[in-house]
Amino acid sequence: MAMTLLEISQLKKSFTAPDGAAHGVVNIKEFHLAEREHAALQGESGCGKTTFLHLIAGILKPDSGAIKIAGREMSALREPARDRLRATTIGYIFQVFNLLQGYTCLENVLLGMSFGPGMDRGFAQALLQRVGLGHRLHHYPRQLSTGQQQRVAVARALANRPKLVLADEPTGNLDHKNARESLQLIREGCRENGAALLLVSHDREALAQFENVREFAAINQAAGEQAGA
Amino acid sequence: MTLWLLVWKSLRQHALSTVVTALSIALAGGLLMSVWTIKDQARAAFMGVNEGFDAVLGARGSKLQLVLNSIFHLEASPGNLDWADYQDIARNPNVELAVPIAVGDNYYGYRLVGTTPEYFTRVEYAPGGKFAVQPGGALFDPARKEAVAGDFVARKMKLKVGDTFHPFHGLIFDEKNQHAETYVVTGILKPSNTPADRVIWIPLEGLQKMAGHDPKAETEVSAVLVKLKAGGAMAGFRMDMMYNKQGNRLTFAWPIGRVVAELFDKIGWFDRVLALVSYLVAVVATASILASVYNSMNERRREIAILRALGARRRTIVAAILLESASISAFGMVAGFAVYGVIVPVVAQIMRAQTGVVIDPFKFSRIMLWAPAGLILMGALAGVLPAIKAYRTAVAENLAPLS
Repeated sequence: MAMTLLEISQLKKSFTAPDGAAHGVVNIKEFHLAEREHAALQGESGCGKTTFLHLIAGILKPDSGAIKIAGREMSALREPARDRLRATTIGYIFQVFNLLQGYTCLENVLLGMSFGPGMDRGFAQALLQRVGLGHRLHHYPRQLSTGQQQRVAVARALANRPKLVLADEPTGNLDHKNARESLQLIREGCRENGAALLLVSHDREALAQFENVREFAAINQAAGEQAGA
Repeated sequence: MTLWLLVWKSLRQHALSTVVTALSIALAGGLLMSVWTIKDQARAAFMGVNEGFDAVLGARGSKLQLVLNSIFHLEASPGNLDWADYQDIARNPNVELAVPIAVGDNYYGYRLVGTTPEYFTRVEYAPGGKFAVQPGGALFDPARKEAVAGDFVARKMKLKVGDTFHPFHGLIFDEKNQHAETYVVTGILKPSNTPADRVIWIPLEGLQKMAGHDPKAETEVSAVLVKLKAGGAMAGFRMDMMYNKQGNRLTFAWPIGRVVAELFDKIGWFDRVLALVSYLVAVVATASILASVYNSMNERRREIAILRALGARRRTIVAAILLESASISAFGMVAGFAVYGVIVPVVAQIMRAQTGVVIDPFKFSRIMLWAPAGLILMGALAGVLPAIKAYRTAVAENLAPLS
């Protein structure tokens, strides 16, 4: 049986609204993801999916609750340790790719590994080869098509040999063909590198490719609270 | 490695502001090093010039004017002294050598100085440095109308051995005041890198008896250059008392270096103003680094957020900003040496042409370490405010959009 990679319990996060009132965004009693497991969370825009991923990645600190990744309690760590854990354990794919515009494809991928295991030029080149951009190593993001930019983002997310890849609406900015190919690439990349994948999306076509799809609203009680309020 | 990549990329992305701010640092650093070096070297060079003499005896007046006129061949002569005064000091048992000089004529603005051959044969203008005539020439014969040209004036006026010329009356060139006498160039002095290079030397008698000069001048000299015997400090002090305190007819400028130092003390305010200007330029240049890096922080918030999302720590981002500011200064200082390399040689050339005093523009000076170190440190300090802003960048907010 596969070991649990991500273990979340009693996770809460709220933001302060302009009127001073606390605005609950995430309230998840329990969530698990096994090593190498691929799972998708379905939810509409603004339901807290990104905040949930930010909490898992340690970019945000929860108000309460626990997030355990690969045996380490992310939520209990101080910020530098969270940064370190993120740099070594997690790969992140954003909806808008978030490539650094002043850096070439190769440099973008190298940055994906530089804060964790350190730069490995050979591996970075291999990853770009794998996503079909071996001939675009020294191109800048602005010189690439949208689909190619997403592929660079996929290569960067795998660059630090992560145990967990978080993908936030990775097909949101792509056409159907590119979306399908990109998603396939993400899943293959994760499989080849032994990484688990947690994808959040509202794109039904993308979600249809996953065997394990859960409604975010079903696990996030904050959504129900808001609806109730 | 990552840090340098971040710094290099950021400098490239903001190439225009990087270049402009680096140039302002270059100007500040170049000016600072130039002012400092010129001030230090000029002071040392001027104080080191004595043409091998310890003192100058001349007419009653300013010691500084006397030294400038007789050693540096600048300024007007404060007046003449009798031949008897020369004989008197020459016989003083504490005096090793007394050489009379006479001034009053020029050749296209370059001074003619009358003296005796002893000036060239018995004096070391600097330790181990004796005047010598270039091959093919000879010293003048004191009884003839002959001349030996300093190296600088010979090159400027294209004088060579065998050339003849008519001197002009006065220390300032006026073509209407040409003397009838014809002088023959018998030799060109080897370069001494002293004010003697800017002078045409003729026999003392030539100047004393030049047609049109006051007949009284035949029994007078403009000044007497005095070399004291070894250990002559006490003698110098006694002669200072005798001529300056007890007598009221003559001036004994001793020691020469101290008299020149007084000149630099008098114009010290000028150095300080120049230094102050350099410091102000340095402050403004540093402020321009602060402004350009700080202003770029708004457009870089997203980039910082992405780097943080990739695992970069806050302190990595802070270090990158500080290093970037310091690097702008460092690049500026590299160009600053180029600014220095333009300013100081030009000033050195002008100084040599005007005074005959030579400074070495490329001689090492401590300011060449302090100025770059200071400006790079100031550059790094200019990065503190932008670094604080970078430190505070909220990652999640700048990774928009949210889903």
